[in-house]
Amino acid sequence: MTAVRESDVPTTAGRPPRRRPPVDLVASLVLLGVFALAASVPQVLATHDAFAVDYHAALQATSLSHWFGTDESGRDLYSRVVFGSRESLLIGLGAAGVGIVAAIVLGALAALGPKPVAVVIDRFVEVLFAFPALLMALLLISVAGPSALTQILAVGAGTAPGYARMVRGQILSAKRSGYVQAAVALGHSPARIVRAHILPNALRPLVAIFALSVGQSIVWASSLSFLGLGVAPPSPEWGALLDAGRAYIVQAGWLVVIPGLVIVALALAATTVGRHLQTGLEKGEK
Amino acid sequence: MSTIDLTDPRAIDLASDAYDDLEWEGARLRVRDLRVAFSPDGVRRDVVRGVTFDLEPGRCVAIVGESGSGKSVTARALVGLAGHGSIVEADELQIHGADALGFGAGDWRRVRGREVGFVLQDALVSLDPLRSVGAEIDESLRVHGAGDRAKRGARVLELLERVGVPDPAVRARQRPDQLSGGLRQRALIASAIALDPDIVIADEPTTALDVTVQAQVLAQLELMKARGASILLISHDLSVVAQLADHILVMRAGEVVEQGPAEVLLSAPRHEYTRALVAAVPGADTRGTRLSPGHAPVPAGVPAPIDPVPVLTATGLVRRFRGPGGSVTTAVDGVSFELAAGETLGIVGESGSGKSTTAKLALGLDHLDAGTVTLHGEPWAPLPESKRRTRRRLVSVVDQDPLSSFDPRWNVGRILLDALPRDVRGAARGERVQELLGQVGLNQDVLGRFPLGLSGGQRQRVAIARALAPRPAVIVLDEAVSALDVTIQAQILDLLVDLQRSTGVSYLFISHDLGVISHLSDRVLVMKDGVVVEHGTPGDIFERPQHPYTRELIASIPAFDYPLTSGKA
Repeated sequence: MTAVRESDVPTTAGRPPRRRPPVDLVASLVLLGVFALAASVPQVLATHDAFAVDYHAALQATSLSHWFGTDESGRDLYSRVVFGSRESLLIGLGAAGVGIVAAIVLGALAALGPKPVAVVIDRFVEVLFAFPALLMALLLISVAGPSALTQILAVGAGTAPGYARMVRGQILSAKRSGYVQAAVALGHSPARIVRAHILPNALRPLVAIFALSVGQSIVWASSLSFLGLGVAPPSPEWGALLDAGRAYIVQAGWLVVIPGLVIVALALAATTVGRHLQTGLEKGEK
Repeated sequence: MSTIDLTDPRAIDLASDAYDDLEWEGARLRVRDLRVAFSPDGVRRDVVRGVTFDLEPGRCVAIVGESGSGKSVTARALVGLAGHGSIVEADELQIHGADALGFGAGDWRRVRGREVGFVLQDALVSLDPLRSVGAEIDESLRVHGAGDRAKRGARVLELLERVGVPDPAVRARQRPDQLSGGLRQRALIASAIALDPDIVIADEPTTALDVTVQAQVLAQLELMKARGASILLISHDLSVVAQLADHILVMRAGEVVEQGPAEVLLSAPRHEYTRALVAAVPGADTRGTRLSPGHAPVPAGVPAPIDPVPVLTATGLVRRFRGPGGSVTTAVDGVSFELAAGETLGIVGESGSGKSTTAKLALGLDHLDAGTVTLHGEPWAPLPESKRRTRRRLVSVVDQDPLSSFDPRWNVGRILLDALPRDVRGAARGERVQELLGQVGLNQDVLGRFPLGLSGGQRQRVAIARALAPRPAVIVLDEAVSALDVTIQAQILDLLVDLQRSTGVSYLFISHDLGVISHLSDRVLVMKDGVVVEHGTPGDIFERPQHPYTRELIASIPAFDYPLTSGKA
């Protein structure tokens, strides 16, 4: 028997005892689950018809029959929030998706493309950076007209430059890594190295970034709707609810406060999950 | 003399009892059965047990051990810095006769610096990058209220002078990044001894230093000892310890496995682990012998014949780097060499000598400013990558840090499969991976594991297996064993020797470690400032060095003259 074989002395001890998942993560996941349920089968959660007008019940405060109160046309706000979640979530997810995909394309071209392409992309991203995102959204919407689709594109275009920078940095650091150098020394083709090593390693952190981006996108999309630049009332999309409630902010404050809280809750939940994913991934790398 | 049996719980007690019987006069540091434990999650984990020694005036006690042996924790516990959540216990812990077990934070602060100076391992991270080293040293004087500004200023210069820093007045105004590694380490020593502590604890004071600089730092510590300081030296490097220590403790996995006077312990180690440590130190005398115990002896007979036709030929390699402000540094300046089949060519040099750049040029992984490399007589560099790619499999590489050379998402099986050439197909791929594992002495079960979960030695074995996978003619090993503990290093060096014999592969072996180079190389190039200053056989270089720099280098190697005959073939 060898006295000092290194296999006797592993560098990592056994896994630490499994810890309970953090409370904020569980709460966020539950909340996201409820939103997902509302978005997929709203009729299960809703208590009223979200579009049924009842002028006798207009502007009623929160009560047992109307949990979130009613709006100026007597529609049940709770049911409207439930029915609005599909559109709100789709716009948020869509915008985050557009932003991330654009970022990956731009970032990958800037980091891996031939030099002239990379320079052009870099400058383009810098120009995008220089424009305030809202201004760009206004531009896009004034050209294409307000709709859910332009809203998605506008918010996506607003988030893309920042993430493109991140993707570019990730790819460049993967490109300089020891394992890529090792693959070059093994004689692997550039295409194989990009496919097998660079993209998977560079894009892994984007899972967390995507979750963070969803939260942010929902807030931005709602702001556009609120400004009348997105989905318009009577749609129950949450930003549109805020916009419609604005006129009654003094008499019926809940019309603004409750949809606002819902937006904040969803954004917070998505961000919390994103943060946990991020730290989880970082720990996995250590 | 009998070996201490660690399975016997009384062994340590007996050893320390025997130690108690010795009469020590006026020990400055008296340690009896020191124990350090941590309990981060309520579960107590002992990391140090049964450390017992005395430190007298003008003497040096050394604690030797590999990573994770508990030697640094022991050192830190002696100055009250064992860390958050640590439990330090001892039968006795006396500093200058005072019972340190009852010390509060304030007591420790008074002791540190004034009574015990602590020299940390890494001067670059231990010195504030934004402050001049003079201000750094001045701070410990000021905190302990040592005189007014002018007096302290004079004292700073005196200290720098004393630790052998040239031009102290200039150096005191410089920041750590403007100083070389050796000067930084000396500035750190100066700040540790600023208040004239008569006990100095040095934790790996020469690790990461070039051998010539290491020699200077060791000479400094030697001088302090001669002036009456008591030194506690912590090191993984037996040859450094042999230089300075009067008494040595060998630690492994938190326990002292053997201790005794330096001469006795090094020349007649009793414990199996100490023997393994002593035997593992490579050098010119260990050529052709085993460094690690428990393996079959080196196969008898002639080594693989060295083919006179060179596999790799480098002619006049030049690599320049453009620095800020248009300055140009020539990292490699006209380096030429030939590497024959089955041969090991060692390139030795200190940091900045251009040896790693030379390795990159030979691998065709860096741009050549001038010169050519040929492989089997055909052009290899400069050459467009697309023309070279099909022959890449002929030249493999093993780096110092295997972990960063593995894709973190891939397990060992996938890493090895990925390295196989395309013409190995189907079932042959799996068989080849098995064969590679066997060649590098790894078990089947590492295949599903990730590099992160492997030990340092296992990782380096995987890196070697990957390098072997394409059946290369040449493997470039760039500091491939430098980051390993000495016993693991010994195993890897033995493995490299075996693999060369069985496969006939050539090694271009780059290292700063003269011992490793002389153990392994058939021929040696000595590099300094991008130029080959001398080349020849290890015998020529190490016994009859011609160039002044080579002579300085050889003279700087800490003498380690304890050849062990047992445990080796």
